[in-house]
Amino acid sequence: MLERVQSERTQTDRTMIEIRDVTRSYGSFKALDNASLAIREGEFFSLLGPSGCGKTTLLRMIAGFDKPTSGSIAVDGQPMDGIPANRRPTNMVFQSYAIFPHLNVEQNVAYGLKRLKLDAGAEKHRVGEALAQVSLTGLGKRRATELSGGQRQRVALARALVMRPKVLLLDEPLSALDKKLREQMQVELRRLQQAVGITFVLVTHDQYEALAMSDRIAVMFGGKIAQVASPKEIYQRPVNRQVADFLGGMNFVKAEIVEENGASLVLDTLGFGRVRADKPRAFVRNGGAATLGIRPERLRVLWDNATAKFEVSGKVVERHYFGEITHLIVEIPGLEKPLSVTETNDFGADDIPVGAPIRLAYDPEALVAMAD
Amino acid sequence: MTAIRRFLPGWLSSYAVLYLLFLYLPVIFLPIFSINTAATPKFPLSGVTLHWYEDLPRTPALIDATWNSLIVGVSASILSTVLGILAARSITRYRYPGRRAINGLIMAPLVLPEVIVAISMLLVMLQLGLSLSLFTVVLGHVLVCIPYSMTVLTSGFEGFDRSLEEASADLGESAFGTFRRVTLPMVAPAIISSLLVCFTISLDEFIIAFFLTGTEATLPIYIWGQLRFAAKLPGVLALGTLLLFASFLLMTTAEILRRRAARRTQNEGGLYA
Repeated sequence: MLERVQSERTQTDRTMIEIRDVTRSYGSFKALDNASLAIREGEFFSLLGPSGCGKTTLLRMIAGFDKPTSGSIAVDGQPMDGIPANRRPTNMVFQSYAIFPHLNVEQNVAYGLKRLKLDAGAEKHRVGEALAQVSLTGLGKRRATELSGGQRQRVALARALVMRPKVLLLDEPLSALDKKLREQMQVELRRLQQAVGITFVLVTHDQYEALAMSDRIAVMFGGKIAQVASPKEIYQRPVNRQVADFLGGMNFVKAEIVEENGASLVLDTLGFGRVRADKPRAFVRNGGAATLGIRPERLRVLWDNATAKFEVSGKVVERHYFGEITHLIVEIPGLEKPLSVTETNDFGADDIPVGAPIRLAYDPEALVAMAD
Repeated sequence: MTAIRRFLPGWLSSYAVLYLLFLYLPVIFLPIFSINTAATPKFPLSGVTLHWYEDLPRTPALIDATWNSLIVGVSASILSTVLGILAARSITRYRYPGRRAINGLIMAPLVLPEVIVAISMLLVMLQLGLSLSLFTVVLGHVLVCIPYSMTVLTSGFEGFDRSLEEASADLGESAFGTFRRVTLPMVAPAIISSLLVCFTISLDEFIIAFFLTGTEATLPIYIWGQLRFAAKLPGVLALGTLLLFASFLLMTTAEILRRRAARRTQNEGGLYA
């Protein structure tokens, strides 16, 4: 799995990008619907969502390639209305990388510097510095057409970073790379962001990518921002079923609200009985019904005579082997849908026979209440 | 079956040789007879000479025709390439209703019978009250050159990644600067290729020039006029040989440039390691 690079937080409390009530309509279709967002200085921020959710539209509006139909965008306190892309303090890494094929690596990186009219020595120094930041030192004379996918991506990064932007925008920069290279680049991108301290805004549809790299994530659906929070909170405390579903497997259990107060909910379920769960911040009650969620890895198989304070029992109906883990589908009496359980294989979960009775332990802390 | 299979490769290669002979034998006769000492094109050659080539620059009518052809060729190629750039850019860059129909209509002169086109153009010119001159020939040539220009240019523009221009703007460059530093260098080979192709077509074109020219002959018309005199034949052959080589050279250069342009625009995003 992906390792989250632990390091100093570079973010401050200052707002770097302020998106206020931004809507972008194409005829009657709203690509972005009244979105508001504040991105902090020095933050690694991700816009996460399925294709067509408006994340790329929002990024392109920050860059200046698209205009909001209504609402405003400010970067570093300056309103961006009417300011074209070439005069914004932002730089972008394009999905296709957009490396100029008629120029070599050095010329690509120096492209934007030419307009600053630096003296030759200073320009050379900055290009060298940028190439070193992305580990491309020595490849300056390489033709753009002779580069591998990973190298092209690094050139695109260096070309943007060399401009010392206030904000670096990344449009699905890793989607064209193969899995192994992608995971390596996730770690490197995060490390790079920590080193330069620039605000990064990443657009991605890959939830693991967003979880692994970001300080905060905005999850978007259908032009609306569903939740803005840290990766951990997004994963563990999704505000609704859509967000929960998009960020990996989640078991959903029908629940009945028994009691609602300031911070918590008491819910009745058929499989898990009466439980108390944190009330999500944006909880909007919809009658008496709610949904209770639990991630498959938060259900633990109880072996032999082991007991737990909180457990459910049922029967294994399917077993899928995935190398380091086994995925079990467990039928629980009273639940309309069987539970998904992922268990590491160190204790022999891969040997549990289909049809066997099974007991599962859970931590009530892992139960998430969601609006229905 | 096996017998046929064994026979087939040999048969196929002789077929290929015959095929190429059929295509190029007539063309090969041209240079061969142009260095013959005798005026009648007959084997065996009576002797080898460059006499006919040496005579060429000493023929004033020929010099005039060459100048006329150059003027027409350069004007027609520039005009049709400019018009081609505009159309090709619009066709490859934007999506709008009627795009395919417009493309088809622009390409259509390629398959219209040239005699008919020439007669219709003549009628139009006369209706417009234009007197026949090199200018009318240029207009006629633009008409036949545009489809070729379009073919070359669309293949060069196709797949031009729009994000390249956005990247340039993103890096601080103005619209004009982007055109100068990104768009133009990337499509330049295609543009030069189009100029060469159009020039070559105009240089060799006979029918339209024949109908639309006034008293000023272009090279093909000069050649046509010379064919009435048997004694002038070797000179015509020598001139023809030169034209042949010039066309071949121009077209090869054009094709190399076209491929380079296509490669530049199309490998973007490729080559993943």
